[in-house]
Order: sequence, then structure tokens, then C-alpha cells
Amino acid sequence: MVQGFTGTEGTFHATQMIEYGTCLVGGVTPGKGGTMHLDRPVFNTVDQAARATGADVSILFVPPAFAADAIMEAADAGIRLVVCITEGIPVQDMVLVQQYLKGKATRLVGPNCPGVISADLCKVGIMPGFVFRKGHIGIVSKSGTLTYEAADQVVKAGLGISTAIGIGGDPIIGTPTREAVALLMEDPETRGIVMIGEIGGNMEADAAAYVKKEGNKPVVGFIAGQTAPPGRRMGHAGAIVGGAEDTAAAKMAIMRASGIHVVDSPADIGKTMASVLRER
Amino acid sequence: MNLHEYQAKALLKRFQVPVQEGIPADNSEAAVDAFKKLRMETGTKWAVIKAQIHAGGRGKGRIAGTEQRGVAIAKNAEEVKTIAGNLIGGTLVTVQTGVSGKKVNKVLVAQDVYYPGPSPVKEFYLSILLDRSRGQHVLIYSTEGGMDIEEVASHNPERIFREWVYPGSALKPFQARKIAFNLGLQGEANRHMVKFVISLYDAYSSLDCALIEINPLFKTADDRILAVDCKMRLDDNALFRHPDLADLRDITEEDPAEVEAGKYNLNFVKLDGNVGCMVNGAGLAMATMDMIKLSGGEPATFLDVGGTANAQTVEAGFRIILKDPKVKAILINIFGGIVRCDRVAQGVIDAYRSIGDIRIPIIVRLQGTNAEAAKELIEKSGLKVQSAILLSEAAALVNQAVA
Repeated sequence: MVQGFTGTEGTFHATQMIEYGTCLVGGVTPGKGGTMHLDRPVFNTVDQAARATGADVSILFVPPAFAADAIMEAADAGIRLVVCITEGIPVQDMVLVQQYLKGKATRLVGPNCPGVISADLCKVGIMPGFVFRKGHIGIVSKSGTLTYEAADQVVKAGLGISTAIGIGGDPIIGTPTREAVALLMEDPETRGIVMIGEIGGNMEADAAAYVKKEGNKPVVGFIAGQTAPPGRRMGHAGAIVGGAEDTAAAKMAIMRASGIHVVDSPADIGKTMASVLRER
Repeated sequence: MNLHEYQAKALLKRFQVPVQEGIPADNSEAAVDAFKKLRMETGTKWAVIKAQIHAGGRGKGRIAGTEQRGVAIAKNAEEVKTIAGNLIGGTLVTVQTGVSGKKVNKVLVAQDVYYPGPSPVKEFYLSILLDRSRGQHVLIYSTEGGMDIEEVASHNPERIFREWVYPGSALKPFQARKIAFNLGLQGEANRHMVKFVISLYDAYSSLDCALIEINPLFKTADDRILAVDCKMRLDDNALFRHPDLADLRDITEEDPAEVEAGKYNLNFVKLDGNVGCMVNGAGLAMATMDMIKLSGGEPATFLDVGGTANAQTVEAGFRIILKDPKVKAILINIFGGIVRCDRVAQGVIDAYRSIGDIRIPIIVRLQGTNAEAAKELIEKSGLKVQSAILLSEAAALVNQAVA
């Protein structure tokens, strides 16, 4: 289902998702319950929508002031996967959301992310579907267009995409790099993983520790922001270099030491994955 | 959004956080008046004149071309006038401002807190910010105040303490007591510190702060606890909840080009290099900067045009980049997903024609939806624009342009 179904963004991307083949069964816009939109029913609450349609995945196009509440509403209704596209949610709201989700079966992806796509099967996100040709490479990334770039390179290198997970560029996100990489490690459709990080935080270092310990598939990594000056926020709320251990170079060193094939140039992601797979 | 010390202290007072009292002034006469008023109100003998800029290290920094420090003691009205006169209108260079420094428009005339009394004075450090890895706000504090906290962290990590706050909750009294006792405080000073940190956390969460740093956090000779300095940053995403705080923004502290870019909803950070870039998406923009560096150039901009790259935004981006005389080439890197590349290409052509005289090479890399059609449009336009489809091709063109 789509939360924020009848708004401009919700309508546009719901249409795109339906065209891609996603099984979209309805949506929620408080106050518009009982009407139809894109030939699908609109409900007032997530609870009503879930009970009436059986939906267990929700994608959110809810404005930042109301997004945290909408995520908790979805979790409360037992939605298994919540993908939050919304950019600009206050940090304090996300601290509360993260606490609320503890102990619940709901997985949150995002916020401030492009969503999740399993090539040729299902798209719960805003990415251009045609870029993600079917194959066996999984992608985990904090950013939108850089994910498309990586997918495009992987496809042009003669490979293709299994599932791409855009985890989001905010300081607090529901599914950190480590968990997304772990999901792809366990996915039988995925034979190699592209992991794209950014300056700020220690999620890539956590993921690298996991890859070193549990990794059973090759991982190609890239960290955006090698040239970013310290203390300046680079667009994403989370992309800001703090202390000396927080730089792109430090992250890349940790990733290399964990057996990840780190590329310096974003232009080399696809061909590096191809050559790593050939060597195996 | 960063606030000045005087603004931050005024906000703290709303939450009953005791601060070193002071009055802001924007010329030397007003500073003298402020000094007289402050003497009446607080009984302070001397005053501390503090330059108000958005950067730390003021006490050790100097006004360019002079010996005037950014924070100085004045013992009488004459000295207040001289120091304020030296500071206001001057350019203060500190370790945090970079060599170009920051212009001082205001000073804070503040009370002297080092007055004598029954017990020795003490300086502590306290900051509150988000601990991303735990998803909780954390108070970081130390017995070593008044100094660079990163240095304390590397040389004496045992003198730095942390206290995490349960999400959605106030700072608990037991946590506040823990902080006060860890700082070695007893009796009256301990009780004042407990109240101080509880009120400070209340201010932090009520104002949607991204950072509060109190350095030094001060114990006076008569056991009062005061915030002598305060660095405060607000969460930009939460400003909609605090319309009154938006007025505290000081755009003179920001790069004029960045302010201009903000008007067009461009996400822009000025950098120091020779290749300007214009990209859709923050991650791809950072990656493009990295690629420019690897191709032998230095990025001159971080410029994210967002999801709707059209002729207007592209033109605004062009004009902002072209203002920098150091820029030798411009790279436009758009991955068209929902935006169609041919429309972006038309935007580039229109913007180019509208500006007219562009004397540096423009490299346009359009990939994704309708990329081929876009390349054809650009090649047929007759403009001196080089086009590329693969990122590696764009890198090679950047390399040629800066060689």
C-alpha cells in the first residue's frame, strides 16, 4: 500500500510502481477513506487498509512533519516492511521512531531513500525501473542517483541486478548498511554485492566487520565524499565529516582491511565487480 | 543552522539555564553603554568583550593585520571602546575560520566570571548531540574545560564521560547527579550542576537542537554554575516547529553564493577548486567531486540540482559557478531517472544561450532516460559543449580540460 496515496508524489510513483508490476492493493490518505484512486481503494487508516487488503508492505510519501507518525502507524498495524521516501524528517522524531520499532517485527527502510527494487519482480520505490536489468548483483546504497549509476554500470559490464536497497542518507535510518548487506548475503539470487557509502557515521565500518566475519560473496565498495571538506554537510543530513576517524579515507581503509574490493573512482564500480567475479 | 553565542545564551535563559550575562553591541558606543548597564545589573567590575562569529578558537584568534584577540578583557569604559572598535568591522582569523577569516559585526559585552570568592573556580566541558550508532542523544562531559576537547579525547580519554538519554525522555535526576559527582562537585555546586544539566537537556530537546556545546562550563568562586560560552546548532529539518527561531539566521555568516543558490532550491557548498560541477542527487554529486579530483582537477562546487533539473535551475547553477574566476571547466552530470535527459539537455542549451559569453569548457554527461537523444541535441546545438554518456568518458574530458 501507499501512505500519502492521493498526493502528487504518491500518485505519480504509485502509477510507476503499478506499471512496473508491483502488486499495489490500495493506499491511505486520512479523510479520503471510501474513495477510489488509480482504481484502488483509499482508506483512512493503515489499520483499516491492512485488514481490508492484507497488505504487508507500505511505502510512504508523507510530508516530513507527519512522516514519523505515519511510520509508527504502519508498524502498529503490523506492516512487515515500511519504506519511507520522505526527506527532511527532524532527528528527534526519528529517535522516537527507532525506539518505537524496537521489539516489533516491522523493518523500516529509509527515510530519505529511493526504496527497494527486485529487478523484473517488484519495485517499492522511486527509482527508474528500466536501469535495473535482471541479474545477480545486489546493491546497498545511501543515495538515489548514485544507486542508479552503479546499477547502470553493473548492467553495462554484462551483469545485472538482483535486488537494490536504497537505505537512505539521514543520520538515523531503519536498516543500516550492515543489515542490508546481510540480507543480500542470505539471498540466493545474489552472487555479488555493491556497497556504496558516504562520509559521516560508522555504518560502513560496521558492515565491513560483518563482511569480514560472515561474508560469503564478493563485495565491491565505494565511499562518496573523499573530497568533502570537514564540518560541511553535503546535501544529505547524515553526510558530514566529524572527527579525524570519520573521513572517507578512514572508511575505505577499514573496508579494504575487511576484504572488500574498494574502488577510488565511482566510474570503476561496474567493471571491478565484473573482474572480481571472473577471478572467482 | 548555527547560532551566535549571544543568541544561544538568550535561548538558554528561557529554560532557566544560568549563563554568563552579557549584552550584544554592534558599535563601540553601544558597547560602552552595554558595559555600564551590565555593571549596574550584575555588579561586574571588568567586562569580557567577545567577537560574535560562527567559529570557535576566538580567544586565540586575531583580527587580521592587528594583535587584537577575538576575546579580550576590558577594565574600564575606555578599554571597552577600544577593544570593541578593534573587533567590530575587523576580520577575525581563528583555527576554525581558515585563512580568510570571518567579519565581526557584533560583540558580546559579558560579565567577568573570574571574581574572587571562598572556593577555587573550575572549568568543565559539556556537549549534547546525537549518537548515531545508538540512535540516542548523548551528553559528553569532561573535567577538562576550556580546552580543545578532541585533544583531551586523544591524550586523556579517561577524563571524558558520556551519558545517554532514553529516547523521548527528560534527563533523569540520577543521571544529572552522576554527571555532577563525576565532575568532582560537592555541596552547593553539585546541586547547581544537577539543575543546570537537567535544564540544559530540556533546552536541547525543546528547541530541536542538533548540538549544544558549553566550553567552558564554569564553576564560580561562590559555587554557581554558568555557561560561559555556548555553541548551538539547530536541526534545520525541525525549524517548521520553531518559526520564531528561523529569524535568528545570520546570512552574513554564510557564503553569498550559497545563499543565492538556496533561493533556487539548489543544494550548494562552495569549495576551493577549479572544476565546477552540477549534479542531480547528493551522493552522485559527492562521487562526481571525487572523480574530478582523480582526473587531475579539484572540485570547485558541491551542487545538487535535485530531482527537477530544468532550464531555470541549470541557468542559476551556471551563473553561480561562473562567478568564481578560478573555475576552468564545468562538468554537468545528470543521471536521468524520472527526469528525462533530453529535457535537461534542452535546459543546458537554453541556459547557455541565455548567458551568452561562456569562455570555459562545458562537459555534459547525461545518462539514463533518453540519454542518446540528449547527446544528439547537444551535438547539433553548435555550442561549445562536450558531451559524454559514460562516467569514465566524462572523467577523461575533465582530465583534458584541466591539463
